[in-house]
Amino acid sequence: MSIGICIVGVSFGAIATAAGFPWWIPVAMSALTFAATSQFAMLAVVMAGGGVLAGLAAGVLVHLRHIPYGLAVGDLYWGRWWTRMLGTFMLIDQSTAFALAAGHDRRRAKTAYWATAVIMFIAWNVGTVIGVFAGGFVPDPDVFGLDAAFPALLLALVFPALKDRDTLMAVLVGSAVALATAPFLPTGVPVLLAILGVFATWPRGKRREAAE
Amino acid sequence: MTMAAVLALAAGVFLVRLAGPVMRSRIKVSERTEILMKRGAMVVLAALVVTGALVAEDGGFAGWALPAGVAVGGFLAWRRVPIIIVVVAAAATTALLRLGGVE
Repeated sequence: MSIGICIVGVSFGAIATAAGFPWWIPVAMSALTFAATSQFAMLAVVMAGGGVLAGLAAGVLVHLRHIPYGLAVGDLYWGRWWTRMLGTFMLIDQSTAFALAAGHDRRRAKTAYWATAVIMFIAWNVGTVIGVFAGGFVPDPDVFGLDAAFPALLLALVFPALKDRDTLMAVLVGSAVALATAPFLPTGVPVLLAILGVFATWPRGKRREAAE
Repeated sequence: MTMAAVLALAAGVFLVRLAGPVMRSRIKVSERTEILMKRGAMVVLAALVVTGALVAEDGGFAGWALPAGVAVGGFLAWRRVPIIIVVVAAAATTALLRLGGVE
């Protein structure tokens, strides 16, 4: 898994360098931002001549899905001020998914969160540095099917939670909303709208509680 | 792109990441809210899976090789195969299909 993110990192570093940016721009970006989709989004807009501000907006927009992530797993690192800062910085798709997959066991969830985050951070940055210095060699992650590896990983982590019928219902409705809006809305917005799926199960849960 | 732009993105992304835990630390989280918030994150992750498997960058259909790989991964996950095999099998399926000329 970390090999996969490493290769994506290589392609990020290589693409940014090929676009004419000095080596320290992609390296600093990966080290300070640690958000693949946001970095690619900003890079794409700037490379297309959209300007830095539009690039920033695109980068932040695709990142908004991390707000529900933080709501769900934020308590795992909300201890001392420095674990708060570090944990916040390390909030990514994979650390969230691994922590949630650990279920009710808080210690396992914490371990999963930090271990995943640290491994991904190292892989992402090592990949970026390799990409920057690989000189003109731009690997296409799609050739290795890495664009399938990422959804497959998240799917495997989400799968056990789907045994809960309310969660399954919310996931089905949410995914349908995301798919239906994907052709029209900018990247990042459809997955955020998916959260509406949660409301599909809300009244039912309430009624059931009232009945108990 | 300058260093200022890099720092601005880092700051923007950090603030977005900070929003969730700050919000939840301001309220008293009931068990029911906890369940709903976890479910919300699950739904977003699942939507990321579905759009990641089916939608291309331009918003159109991603082609068959990609969802086929993810589906193989999903099947193996359902059969409780270890995660590393799920991931490798998904990537290999998609890569081989593309090698074989399937888009």
